[in-house]
Amino acid sequence: MIYLDLLLGFLKVGCFAFGGAYGAIPLIRDVVLSYGWLSDETLTYMIAVSESTPGPIMVNLATYIGSSQAGFWGAVIATLAVVLPSFLIILLVTALLTTVLKNKYVQAILRGLKPCVIGIVLATGLYMVFSNCFGKVGASALQWEALLITILLLLAMLIYKRTKKQKLSPILLIILSAVLGAMIYGL
Amino acid sequence: MHILLDLFLTFAKIGLFTFGGGYAMIAMIENHCVERKGWISHDDMMNVTVIAESTPGPIAINCATFTGYKKAGILGAVTATLGIVLPSFLIIYLISMFLDNFLELTLIANAFKGIKIAVGILILDAAVTMIKKMHKKKLPRAIMLCSAAVMLCINLFAWNFSSISLMLLAAAVSLCIFLLQGSAAKKGGAKQ
Repeated sequence: MIYLDLLLGFLKVGCFAFGGAYGAIPLIRDVVLSYGWLSDETLTYMIAVSESTPGPIMVNLATYIGSSQAGFWGAVIATLAVVLPSFLIILLVTALLTTVLKNKYVQAILRGLKPCVIGIVLATGLYMVFSNCFGKVGASALQWEALLITILLLLAMLIYKRTKKQKLSPILLIILSAVLGAMIYGL
Repeated sequence: MHILLDLFLTFAKIGLFTFGGGYAMIAMIENHCVERKGWISHDDMMNVTVIAESTPGPIAINCATFTGYKKAGILGAVTATLGIVLPSFLIIYLISMFLDNFLELTLIANAFKGIKIAVGILILDAAVTMIKKMHKKKLPRAIMLCSAAVMLCINLFAWNFSSISLMLLAAAVSLCIFLLQGSAAKKGGAKQ
């Protein structure tokens, strides 16, 4: 049943979403692709939409996926499911277990979890950039438009950082990529 | 104004006007809950940020739950959390109804092909930022590199192994190493 799948899938994401928004993306990708809810394409589009609209990316993705699979109630269930674990954990930690995070065994577990999340995000980012430019394994083909856009975006980030001394904001990067995409793919 | 209504409206406002994810929201929450309303202290805010980094879930939601709980118990926690989620829920729900029609336009579809590339770069950039902030020690680096290698294989060769299993494995390895180090230290202590 789709409601139950959404509930369980997003509870799982909510329980393991360490490392902020980008830490959760690989998890959501895993769950979404294994249930076959969205294509890799659509999920990537939604990540961009979630980044450009207010609110935590993870929650936005849950709402969208829930809605696309099972309408309004699907959206409600997925959103609540993704929030519930962190809600309960914070309540427990602030109300009852104020010292649990200082416990040396909990600390040892966290010391393993955090670098693992970083590794997962790194692998996901590398995979996405490379499969955009060079196609997937078994069907590799140089996508010259994508390669060109990748190089232009990286250059823009570099130049912005050099001249303005701060990072190009994600929203500006997304807008720039949309313009480049419309121009280069439209040729 | 009733405190629950105040909590709900304040967090709904924060949810509506914060673009750019977790850390931008922390600044907004600090501004509203610490400086304007005095609901929690600056130290509380620092503590909850640290807790949020060690617990799963979006930082902004963790802060909302915490502030709501401090101010008005469980009901306060529920109200604040729902308040911060509601605006983005409504916005995304509306978008979800129109996105498919939108993508049928060639111009928009092309724009999204470009956006897809930006998303890959953003994720890679997030990873680089996290690596820079990481402890410069051997064990975390080794765990990070092994996890990245396994995850790459999962993606490339469609290995049937989920990222959650990988995280559990990393946690188990780290715990075992800690226990082994502990018992080694005890033995060393006994000899002296």
